Amino acid sequence: MSEPLLDVIGLEKRYAVRSGVFRHRDLVAADDVSLTLSAGETLALVGESGSGKSTVGRCILRLEAPSGGCVRLDGTDITELEESDVRRLRPEMQMVYQEPLESLNPRHRVGKLVAEPLVLHGIVGKTEVRNRVVELFQLVGLGEEHVDRYAHALSGGQQQRVGIARALATNPKLLILDEPTSALDVSVEAQILNLLRDLQRRLRLAYLFISHDLAVVSMLADRVAVMYLGQIVETGPTRDVLSNSFHPYTRALVSATPVDHPRQKKLRIALTGEPASPIDPPAHCRLVPRCPYAEPVCSAVAAELLPIDSCRSTRCVRFQQEHCDGIWDPGGDVPIQDTVIRSTESEVNELKLND
Amino acid sequence: MRAVPATGHGGGRASLEPDIAVLDQDPPAGGTDVLRINDLRVEFRFPRYSVEVLAGIDLSVGSGEIVGIVGESGSGKSVTALSIVGLLQRPGFVTGGRIDFAGTDLLEVGADEMRAIRGNRISMIFQNPRASLNPVFSVGKVLREVLRVHSGLRGGAATARAVELLADVGLFDPNAVLRRYPHQLSGGMAQRVMIALALASSPQLLLADEPTTALDVTIQYQIIQLLSRLRQERNLAQIVITHNLGVIAELCDRVAVMYAGTILEEAPVERIFDAPRHPYTQGLLAARARTELTGRLESIPGQVPDMRNRPPGCPFSPRCPHAGDVCRTANPAMEAVEPRHRVACHRWTELA
Repeated sequence: MSEPLLDVIGLEKRYAVRSGVFRHRDLVAADDVSLTLSAGETLALVGESGSGKSTVGRCILRLEAPSGGCVRLDGTDITELEESDVRRLRPEMQMVYQEPLESLNPRHRVGKLVAEPLVLHGIVGKTEVRNRVVELFQLVGLGEEHVDRYAHALSGGQQQRVGIARALATNPKLLILDEPTSALDVSVEAQILNLLRDLQRRLRLAYLFISHDLAVVSMLADRVAVMYLGQIVETGPTRDVLSNSFHPYTRALVSATPVDHPRQKKLRIALTGEPASPIDPPAHCRLVPRCPYAEPVCSAVAAELLPIDSCRSTRCVRFQQEHCDGIWDPGGDVPIQDTVIRSTESEVNELKLND
Repeated sequence: MRAVPATGHGGGRASLEPDIAVLDQDPPAGGTDVLRINDLRVEFRFPRYSVEVLAGIDLSVGSGEIVGIVGESGSGKSVTALSIVGLLQRPGFVTGGRIDFAGTDLLEVGADEMRAIRGNRISMIFQNPRASLNPVFSVGKVLREVLRVHSGLRGGAATARAVELLADVGLFDPNAVLRRYPHQLSGGMAQRVMIALALASSPQLLLADEPTTALDVTIQYQIIQLLSRLRQERNLAQIVITHNLGVIAELCDRVAVMYAGTILEEAPVERIFDAPRHPYTQGLLAARARTELTGRLESIPGQVPDMRNRPPGCPFSPRCPHAGDVCRTANPAMEAVEPRHRVACHRWTELA
């Protein structure tokens, strides 16, 4: 895995927002986003709504033109390419969407939807199309009988399988999975997650897995990048990041994820309020207004994503200054064991009373 | 219909089910039932056919108790809630059963009386809070209107009470929120406003239909805490409908597992997680992604059944790894595994 398949460096996406008659301000959807992804690997992009994770996915596919930075796929900088050249690269990278039904044209049989990229990119000859479609259907666990149905006649899980088959039609190296299971029922979600794992093993696919669900992420991802308000705030191997987070926001996400069992006790760090506006964000740490560990230094210096060791990095200024041996005790007036630091109501919340 | 009728935990069940009544020694906080549903049946009638969407639901909620209804899409959880508040719309028809609420059968009362109960003594919140709020009215306008209708408050008194309610559901600067319109609220704020509206009349029962599904995890956790606090401070009984077993684990005292219009299993929350008896419950617990886990998930094969072609016998039998001949022919009756734990499975004793 010397040369990464995907290499994103300093990606930036700004939208101009009107404020007043002559004034425009910038809504920063993605800012200083750098990540790499190798064949056969899964990187999860984790964050809440508005964190910019989907924007990053769309910029990588060049569905949107980034405002800055570069995206290299197999060594080719795709941000520099003309639209027609991008089209030639598209088969290499495909996207699977959150709402399978909305991403499938209701007026075509699903077999035709899967055949479309095959014809468009000239991947197989006309006579071969039907056979290849059936092959793809089998690959994702659908039978030939499903080929001639319409999307609405399929269940949610089957629709998502069609979405995956369509993405695989062009033999891509990279799949961007944008919350592929969040619209599905629990039992069906497990089927799709298993399918994605199996496909990755067989085809050595690289997955950029966009999700807000840490439970699902820990099932599928080798590494994780946590996003907050357009920036990556922490990266590292999934297990390490989730069990010993180097950024307060990651800690808050982990602690807000529901328990697996009613008797499970969990460290709870609640963030105050809701995310700040992504319009004209400050140079310092964007979590400051909500962070239970924030100190004056956090608003005084610019927050940069810095490596902590060979595989992990964090944007937390306090962590960068204070940690030693990978263990960080934010200390101060903030007790960290088994108490809720602060919630919206500034109340101390006891957990479930069972036990 | 059922071999064992509803096994509530509060008063008034002794004549129905003596052995369970005797053993039933530790009712959860509260005691008496706020709501009791008996053999509720709902049918969707279409011009050429009709579909039984609820095939006899038995469920009770004690005061100060949070009962979770968990199930996949199409299992009938929302239809159950809508039937309780009389908001079931055509083509849905209640075809049988009783819904006892404080001595009244909600299925028997007229539209006017139902309107007085709904929003006054039973409130409901929904999955998409912003869609539930009328976009052309400010929060203050809606809240004052609700207070006028339900509590007769007007003018300054209504505004003062509205501010109090918004503060109570954890909104910062309630005075500013009063002036806002739904599109100016985030999802979490909108859900808090919905909860404030639901609480305006001091209800005894709150129905929450997927209250956190549309929210981010950190906001979801705040709403879970809020609902949990309402139970403690106001002794507010709640039915929480969700497909998320994590929300159930965080919030609920008791759980009913629904599938294809029936309750397959019902037990205190820890029993459900520690000793699930129904193969479907076991499958659901094994299938969910957990942070503690890596590797393949055990998925339940097949799909949720199409209600038009309900399989004969146990509705789960086509997907059940343990299904035998009897499961495919006869509908299993609800049986008591132990006090307050019921399961509808022919083979639960063999499989235990």
